[in-house]
Amino acid sequence: MASGAHDPNLNYLNWEKGLWSWLTTLDHKRIGIMYMISVMCFFALGGTFAMLIRWELFSVGKTIMDAKQYNQAMTFHGAIMVFMVIIPGIPAFLGNFIMPMQIGAKDVAFPRLNLASWYCLMAGAAVAFISLIYNGADTGWTFYTPYSITTQNGTIWLVTGAFIIGFSSILTGLNFIVTVHKLRAPGMSFWRMPLFVWALYSTAILQVLATPVLAITLALLVAERLLGVGIFDPKLGGDPVLFQHFFWFYSHPAVYIMILPAMGVVSELIATFSQKTIFGYKAIALSSIGIAAVSFFVWGHHMFVSGQSEFAGILFSFITMLVGVPTAIKTFNWVATMYKGSIRFDSPMLYAMGFIFLFTIGGVTGIMLAVVGVDVHFHDTYFVVAHFHYVMVGGTLMAIMGGIYYWMPKMFGRMVNETWARISFVLVFVGFNVTFFPQFILGAMGMPRRYYDYLPEYESLNRISSMGAWTIGVGFLVALGVILHAIKRGKIAGPNPWNAKTLEWTAPSPPPHENFHVQPVVTAGPYEYR
Amino acid sequence: MSMATGSKFMPPQATEIAKSVDSLYEFLLIVSFISCVLVIGGLIYFAIVHRRKHEGEKTPYIAHNTTLEFLWSFIPFVIFMVVFVWGWVVYHQLRHMPENGLEIGVQGQKWDWTFIYKSGRKTAGEIYVPVNQDVKLLMTSADVIHSFYIPAFRTKQDVVPGRYSALWFNANREGTFQVFCTEYCGDKHSAMAAKIHVVSREKYEDWVQTDAYKGLSSVEIGAKVYGQRCIACHSLTPTPEGANPIAPSYYGLFGKQEKLDDGSTVLVDENYVRESILNPNAKIVAGYKKGIMPTFAGQLSEEEVMGLIDYLKTVK
Amino acid sequence: MSTANTSASSDGKSHVHHHAHHFDSAEHEYNAAKFGTWTFLVTEILMFGGLFVGYILYHERFPEMFKAGATFLDWKMGALNTIVLLFSSLTMALSIYYMQHDNKKMTLINLYVTLACACIFMVVKYFEYTHKLHLGIGPGNYFQPHGHGEEVQRALGFLKDYPNIGMYFSFYFCMTGLHGSHVLIGMGLIIWLIRRTHRNEFSSKYYTAIECVGLFWHLVDLIWIYLFPLLYLVG
Repeated sequence: MASGAHDPNLNYLNWEKGLWSWLTTLDHKRIGIMYMISVMCFFALGGTFAMLIRWELFSVGKTIMDAKQYNQAMTFHGAIMVFMVIIPGIPAFLGNFIMPMQIGAKDVAFPRLNLASWYCLMAGAAVAFISLIYNGADTGWTFYTPYSITTQNGTIWLVTGAFIIGFSSILTGLNFIVTVHKLRAPGMSFWRMPLFVWALYSTAILQVLATPVLAITLALLVAERLLGVGIFDPKLGGDPVLFQHFFWFYSHPAVYIMILPAMGVVSELIATFSQKTIFGYKAIALSSIGIAAVSFFVWGHHMFVSGQSEFAGILFSFITMLVGVPTAIKTFNWVATMYKGSIRFDSPMLYAMGFIFLFTIGGVTGIMLAVVGVDVHFHDTYFVVAHFHYVMVGGTLMAIMGGIYYWMPKMFGRMVNETWARISFVLVFVGFNVTFFPQFILGAMGMPRRYYDYLPEYESLNRISSMGAWTIGVGFLVALGVILHAIKRGKIAGPNPWNAKTLEWTAPSPPPHENFHVQPVVTAGPYEYR
Repeated sequence: MSMATGSKFMPPQATEIAKSVDSLYEFLLIVSFISCVLVIGGLIYFAIVHRRKHEGEKTPYIAHNTTLEFLWSFIPFVIFMVVFVWGWVVYHQLRHMPENGLEIGVQGQKWDWTFIYKSGRKTAGEIYVPVNQDVKLLMTSADVIHSFYIPAFRTKQDVVPGRYSALWFNANREGTFQVFCTEYCGDKHSAMAAKIHVVSREKYEDWVQTDAYKGLSSVEIGAKVYGQRCIACHSLTPTPEGANPIAPSYYGLFGKQEKLDDGSTVLVDENYVRESILNPNAKIVAGYKKGIMPTFAGQLSEEEVMGLIDYLKTVK
Repeated sequence: MSTANTSASSDGKSHVHHHAHHFDSAEHEYNAAKFGTWTFLVTEILMFGGLFVGYILYHERFPEMFKAGATFLDWKMGALNTIVLLFSSLTMALSIYYMQHDNKKMTLINLYVTLACACIFMVVKYFEYTHKLHLGIGPGNYFQPHGHGEEVQRALGFLKDYPNIGMYFSFYFCMTGLHGSHVLIGMGLIIWLIRRTHRNEFSSKYYTAIECVGLFWHLVDLIWIYLFPLLYLVG
């Protein structure tokens, strides 16, 4: 390839020019940036729906929209955020850019497949949005049968869109597995891989094993609507609860597809900003694999009150408890890494600490929900909503933001404006707690989720929650400004502004087309601060 | 997490189980609060104490510590097991149906709840139950999945079309309590509410007696349906030795273990009877021919099917 | 699954395959491609797995209904297709074998035979499908037998006993349909291989694409070997 390899002014951003060179690129870094742009657009859209939802819930009764519109907003908020933001967010965007560099590779194993998976995401999103023309969809992102069989026609488009996006996820996962196995630089043994790579590797296994089941489930759902195949339709002898089993067999591992990469990012951030080797490297790496493995056997905890047998409920509760152990290990190890570190509070580190703070709350409330006798009360209430937002937003989104600020110098060769980056963190962090902490209380009080309207006694907490949501909105707008400003005008960064030890920082910023001018050879672990 | 006085934020406790759920919940809150203080406190403490004083500081190389790692894996594991077992015990209470409870039929449909009493009385949107009495709700749905949730009783159960699910409670104080639908079911999901009126036994009897419903009791409805639809094939007397009837007798059928033609056995319970009426060829009792009985799906209302089931219970 | 085919020589004779820039060697690339293909096959198995699990659950619940449904399938057609597919797997394997020995002619013959087998399979399926749909024996709600003849009478009879017999045909059409679409994709891939073989792009040094398509083709075959008894021989 004619990369003009050693011209110091050439990098992956400018060695080819024009929109077409981006749309046909096979460079993992450019594909990563394309994911960044699309994920940010989807996030803006999903976030807008969130703002509308919170506006509607600001007071009892109708505030700005009717129940039909609310249910569509709720459905699109969930579907966009899950399928188009959080799932591709870290692996396909940060992972695509950083992971090959962290293992010293020039690219992912199958660059064309990598590009194809971006087009799958785009095509799936386009199909999903077609449903807005056909009356929209109002099933919630979970598409439970038989409701999803009977409700309006737009549902079919949203389901098909999610189906196509699933292939994007499968292809990325497949690519990453092969990349990690086959393209590590000389000397990069498995035990020398950065923890972000370990996390992505575990995630990729989940994507490859779980997503096909979602694909066939959604395909059957479409067939159910078009042909009345009867597999999920009780009127035709089918079992609607079977859909839930199939769906959660994918979607519970999907929860870990969302959080494992975030844990990987945080491991990197904590080590770098403490300037200290990570505590319990092997434990963190293996706990990623452990979480991935166990996550296939916990889907039933979404179905404690679905009518499954008492035995099944207890079994799933037990296995869910087991996931808690490796999760706890990771958290303790991060905190232990900070012990006697040399800690600097740059914005990525603030996000990492924010992650630990919020994820701990999300984690302990997760344990509460896994306790089956208590979950019967909390199931499908705002307690659950608060819990998974603490994990998904407080966890994954915090890690994405931290990751963007951390790798910004690498991706664009420029630093973010620290003052404004910290302001955006404070807004998001405070706003987040104001939004979602009251929802724990609402859930305990018994307010069910997916409610367009609610009893008057829930109003004051809902108001606090809505005001928090708008604070988050402002925080993310500031963050968008920080990112755009950094790309355009940020202070020029050297190759390694944070004094990090992983391989990507040995390349120039921004990296050249083939990442490294000289093939790196690895002789030590990833966090050697000695 | 600063709300260790959890019950303050919980709905009123109107059953004994609600109290045991709340004690477990409070224990969980306290343990969670302590864990959060440890982790977040450690985080903030280390962040302050070990903040960077000048660039290029040396940090110690601490790769791992087996004792510490074992402890912080094992201690959480023990806590998880404690709360797991405790949760199991509570769950068992919630799910273990009482033997001789007062049975009330519940049907969910978009977007209200219908309650069907043994007296034949039907109510929509409100249900009357006596205080200090085991009540078992036998629930089904006419359309999509709903979920019957009574916050004050700390219990809920999905209501699924095409099958029965059950929920029980024993309210220990009089009053009116909220019922929600907690499985998303469409436009008026949030309006699909009901009230449970827990009243004294006398008041309940009064209420049942002054039944405005002109019809019959559930069993009587069942008897009538039997006379019209089933009597031709199913008898009410024990099958005599050597006889070869076309269909099994109803005598003592309910609660019996029936042997099927494929060699397995099945317990004759509500779901089996319902299936036999609506999908008669799904399971064939040993010694009988398949394909004889037509389906009654769509021909019998929920009320009639429930009536038949209740009637069947009386034939012995 | 071939990741890079940057062969650019213009003499039209033997092309030299250059491995993609991010691999160390052709062998490195070959190993990665094969590993990727195997991973892909795992996802395929899981996707079909959903249908198999559904089949098992409902077969357990309605065994008689499944038996009745299977009487409408002609096991001879199924068996013919099984033999055809098994044979095509053999020729697929042979085409790889011959390319490993630089025998372009035999590789092509075997690829053409494989393609022909796939066509026979699809033609047989076409006749099975159209016959059923003509009689109104469709999936789910489309199980509405009409017209004359013994099969229609039998179908109407079964419909009385097993009102949800359409579900059997839901499984039949979904499973064979998904499988059939894989056969079609496989045919497209084989045509692609034939074109590339004609262009001399393969040799004993580089035959990754044939190998990977071959793996895919064996999986398609393997799935049929499970579908045949489950659907045709269940009665």
